[in-house]
Amino acid sequence: MKRSTLGRAFVLPTTAALAFGLVACGSANEEGSSGGPTINGAGASSQEAAQSAWRTGFLDNNEGTINYDPVGSSGGREQFTNGGVDFAGSDAYLDDGEVAAAQERCGEGGFVEVPAYVSPVALITNVEGVDSIKLKPATIAKIFNQKITTWNDPEIAATNEGVDLPDTRIVPVNRGDGSGTTENFVEYLKAAAPEQWPHEVGDEWPVSGGEAAQGTSGVVQAVKNGDGTIGYADASRAGDLTTVEVGVGDEFVQYSPEAASAVLDVSERVEGRGDHSFAFDLARDTTESGTYPIVLVSYVLACSNYDNADKATMVKDYLNYIVSAEGQDAAAEQAGSAPISDDLRSNVEPAIEAISSSNSGS
Amino acid sequence: MASSTEAPPRRNRTPRRPGDRIFAGVSTGSGVLILVALAGVAVFLVTEAWPALTAPAEDIPGGEGLVVYIWPLLFGTLISAVLALVIAVPLAVAIALFITYYAPRSIAKALGYIIDLLAAVPSIIFGLWGMNVLAPVTVDPASWLSEHVGWIPFFAGPASSTGRTMLVAIIVLAVMVLPIITAVVREAFTQTPQLHQEAALAIGATRWEMIRMAALPFGRSSIIGASMLGLGRALGETMAVAMVLSASAGVTFDLISSENPPTIAANIALQFPEATGVGMNTLIASGLVLFAITLAVNMIARAVINRRKDFDGAN
Repeated sequence: MKRSTLGRAFVLPTTAALAFGLVACGSANEEGSSGGPTINGAGASSQEAAQSAWRTGFLDNNEGTINYDPVGSSGGREQFTNGGVDFAGSDAYLDDGEVAAAQERCGEGGFVEVPAYVSPVALITNVEGVDSIKLKPATIAKIFNQKITTWNDPEIAATNEGVDLPDTRIVPVNRGDGSGTTENFVEYLKAAAPEQWPHEVGDEWPVSGGEAAQGTSGVVQAVKNGDGTIGYADASRAGDLTTVEVGVGDEFVQYSPEAASAVLDVSERVEGRGDHSFAFDLARDTTESGTYPIVLVSYVLACSNYDNADKATMVKDYLNYIVSAEGQDAAAEQAGSAPISDDLRSNVEPAIEAISSSNSGS
Repeated sequence: MASSTEAPPRRNRTPRRPGDRIFAGVSTGSGVLILVALAGVAVFLVTEAWPALTAPAEDIPGGEGLVVYIWPLLFGTLISAVLALVIAVPLAVAIALFITYYAPRSIAKALGYIIDLLAAVPSIIFGLWGMNVLAPVTVDPASWLSEHVGWIPFFAGPASSTGRTMLVAIIVLAVMVLPIITAVVREAFTQTPQLHQEAALAIGATRWEMIRMAALPFGRSSIIGASMLGLGRALGETMAVAMVLSASAGVTFDLISSENPPTIAANIALQFPEATGVGMNTLIASGLVLFAITLAVNMIARAVINRRKDFDGAN
């Protein structure tokens, strides 16, 4: 009896000490090991790999700490407009309500919105004996809408002369989880083949009855494991699967970084959102030669004005690095994204340069 | 147990030392804490689900109201969990009987360890295994089934070409609940009164008859209780189902096509990261439904076990 009481008397303080120790460790970690200011960001998970490349590249030459929490685009926009984070990543530009909230949050200077991450979405297929395939937008829409059900359908054969198409059943593979990739692909179908694609645009796949898989790797895995499968995934993850050449105008375009970022150059900038907002309504239905219209464009959001001068400088330098040729190449290498064109870069740079602080003294 | 007749008078004479009071406090506190945690979860689910419960039908994802949204999820959850039990329970009972009555002692011990090891495999590993190993293997048998016994609703087809079907999800779930059911049932069988077994053998019963007369009736409440524990696990399993199952359709009994109803837990995991507003509340409302069902399953299991307690009294 006596001994166990003593034992307990010993155990309780130890537990308490351990708990406090952990708390102490936790707060120490948050401060970061290097000096300099800390900026926090949150948003699109699609940017996660690119953000980590940018962070590494930027901190090679700069002091400070950058955190990026891949909570998802809508979460990132919400946290940004609430003032919870200093910058955000988003697969879609702010909607009208969010623009107002962002302007309120950022104050006089408004907000900066630049397309920083362009990622081509590839259509990947696994059909035995077929290693190249060309599809028109209308055909793609019919395939994913399950109106064309076999690979030797005359409509597919019409654009693939000389390819020996089997009578395998077509298995369209889609994302089972909500995803910006889905939203961009559906947006493309809606714009390029409105008659064949009657569904609403959203981040959840609208057609039931296909094969649904979790995440990009789930889709790639499902396409790989099946026969007659076709799916859509981040082009950097296509691996050795056959990718579809997509019909643009009268020609067929294989995805490439140049073709993907070329879409931004033929797209129209959305007006009336402030001088520093570069939001684009992507020209998904473009007929311009050499463009690949199935792309995911992800934006980086920041304020033009921060209370803290160090923070303002850090955000400005970080964004400048992100859109620089060096930063874009780092992301291309790490995340397989398509570097933005020089024209676009020279357009957005002044907006980033304008980031400043109202209390330049502090 | 034998000393229990002496204990009460001695306990009365013992003065209450600080240790007694602290220990009583700690154990009571732990008991209360678990209730508080459960109540906290319930309160969270109800408050977060409330906007979805009161929202107009067109705001719910799908646009047709909460019941239409949750019903296929509920159906998928129940069909996968129940059919997983249909596979796992007979297997678990057979394994437990083998370990207790048939296997040589050394093999029995090793087998027991291996079954327990199965319980330590994380569910994401089961998910990967189901998706990359088990699913492709089922493609050919599934298309055979849809061709030859397609008149059975379960095998209507068309068979999935990737194998990521409800059938595979059910098999994976069955494997995952196997260890817990086996462990509980085996424990019950080892406690079968020696007297009953010897009595059965003495009146000329074979080993199978002895098992049927003594072990199975004695273990029945444990088998039911263990099944309910397994059912609880299968109902709530998230990761493995999310990875294995191609969830793209509503209510269907077809187990081998790529159109399957999602399960509640897997659907939450898949949709939550990008959910906003009422959509998120709807997911939590589906979680509330799962919570209620799991609670009901566990309470039924308790009731069944308690009702059968009389028989255990024969011990």
